[in-house]
Amino acid sequence: MTKSAAELEFSHQSEKQSLAGRIQVALHKYPTLSPALVLVISLGVFWFLNPNFKDPFNLSLVLQQVAVVGSIAIGQTIIILTAGIDLSCGAIAIFASMVMAKLAFENHVPVALSFIIGLAVGTGAGAFNGFLVTKVKLPPFIVTLGTFNVFTAFTLLFAKGRTVRDTEVDPFLLTLGKVIHIGAFNVTYGVLVMIAMYLILAYALRYTAWGRHVYATGDDIEAARLAGIQTNRVLMSVYLVAGFIFAMTAWIIIGRVNAASPNSGQDLNLDSITAVVIGGTSLFGGRGRIIGSLIGAVIVGVFRDGLTLAGLDPYYQTLAVGILIISAVTIDQWIRKARK
Amino acid sequence: MSAQPILQAINLEKAYGNVIALNGSSLELFPGEVLAVVGDNGAGKSTLIKCLSGAEVPDTGEIFLEGNQVHFAKPQDGRGAGVETVYQSLAVAPALDIAANLYLGRELRKPGLVGKVFRTLDNGAMKSASKNHIADLGISTIQNISQAVETLSGGQRQAVAVARASAFSSKVIILDEPTAALGVRESNQVLKMIERLRDRGLPVILISHNMPQVFEVADRIQIQRLGKRAAVVTPKTHDMNQVVAIMTGALTVDEKDQTFKPVR
Repeated sequence: MTKSAAELEFSHQSEKQSLAGRIQVALHKYPTLSPALVLVISLGVFWFLNPNFKDPFNLSLVLQQVAVVGSIAIGQTIIILTAGIDLSCGAIAIFASMVMAKLAFENHVPVALSFIIGLAVGTGAGAFNGFLVTKVKLPPFIVTLGTFNVFTAFTLLFAKGRTVRDTEVDPFLLTLGKVIHIGAFNVTYGVLVMIAMYLILAYALRYTAWGRHVYATGDDIEAARLAGIQTNRVLMSVYLVAGFIFAMTAWIIIGRVNAASPNSGQDLNLDSITAVVIGGTSLFGGRGRIIGSLIGAVIVGVFRDGLTLAGLDPYYQTLAVGILIISAVTIDQWIRKARK
Repeated sequence: MSAQPILQAINLEKAYGNVIALNGSSLELFPGEVLAVVGDNGAGKSTLIKCLSGAEVPDTGEIFLEGNQVHFAKPQDGRGAGVETVYQSLAVAPALDIAANLYLGRELRKPGLVGKVFRTLDNGAMKSASKNHIADLGISTIQNISQAVETLSGGQRQAVAVARASAFSSKVIILDEPTAALGVRESNQVLKMIERLRDRGLPVILISHNMPQVFEVADRIQIQRLGKRAAVVTPKTHDMNQVVAIMTGALTVDEKDQTFKPVR
């Protein structure tokens, strides 16, 4: 009696699923679906508004502009996947870029060595964040709010507030700013490095045990620990890898701005979080795809570029980005309700 | 059947500061039996099984697995020795699929160079093996092994957690309140699962508050009271009221009326 009644109720519920419900489930299963749709639609709209938008030169420009934020967003994504956040990412990248450029120019360290030291400094900065999160057990938001100031201060003290100018930067450090032609597109080596990093991290997250542990740790850290995952080691590795990615971005930044300036990159933390959130990764951790962050960064680039070409006041760009963020988080909350 | 216990604990003691959780408690688990551990809150049930699984280290006392003394310092140690625990919280990752959860923390890599150098996961092998484990337990309601665990019902989630434990436990499986969060129908599924595990020869320790369920599946019932083993009885020798009376201290059972030997 009871059994059949319960089964009846169950089948009734599953039949009741509406169109909205099915969309909810689909978005839940494929978190990059909504940002991909937004990108396609916005490309179409901006093309319609200004035919120059689709010009390969213009689209190449968008990609070049996106390279820095897009790269930072890789590190930001893996940290957010563990239910963390990194406000110090931009400060780490700028710190590393100053170390690379200044050591080679002023201290006459061989450029290869100063580059490696720069990478080590970025990775070490990430490790310091990881140490504070896993060993001192502070919330990532507070940790990186603190280290954001610490690393910014280090940068200014180290650089004495002085920019290493284009004529002073070692040519090797400018490599990623060079343009190569792929068909009608002009992309910088920086864009290619960014895409390569996305592919490597996408592979690691999807096809290795490490990636699975990153998701499990962000999803439910206590469950992951009881299931035998050494969650502290996972978190530490994530902050280390992120630090290395931020340091690689330092190289991209030098190529992009043709200099190393201690005063740049203040907004990289919030811009990267924007890209990650618009890309469909949940700020609560354990949910999202890294490719979504690339799409998110490109969406922001497309909106800025498209609105400019459409002749709108630049203030509307900021407004548009704000609306995008709120929409993305609203969708995320809605999708989360699909969990039973 | 042999009288050699597969898992044996002798006089375990464990104190948290001034609170004595275990005050010289013993336990024997024999091959192929379901041993229920019951007791009031604070009777030391959880601490006892935590010591057996490696989640806690007893202050004094000895634990033997198949006659050999063991010292579990962390959950991984117990698991490595073949003692698997299903925690009340289940310890599953909701966003990951069933196969990923079954192999969480012990993922399989592809054979050869691909697995060694690129550390590629062998998703195919894990999925097909997971399907078998789930089928072994007779859970027919789970159709898609690639389903995220959060899309499952409470009973199905429990089934995944039990399947994970049974797939890897070679010697003992410990279930902590497996039906506490479940409805009647789902509870029955879990009880059937426990019987199936026993039929496969895997001894089970079942922690439960639910007397009817305990009496349904248990071969022997160990009653904990004030950090000690108050008595070991069977559903045949004692009834529910008597067990509850022992739990509260209203009844004491003479040693000769207890059941320290396997009944199966």
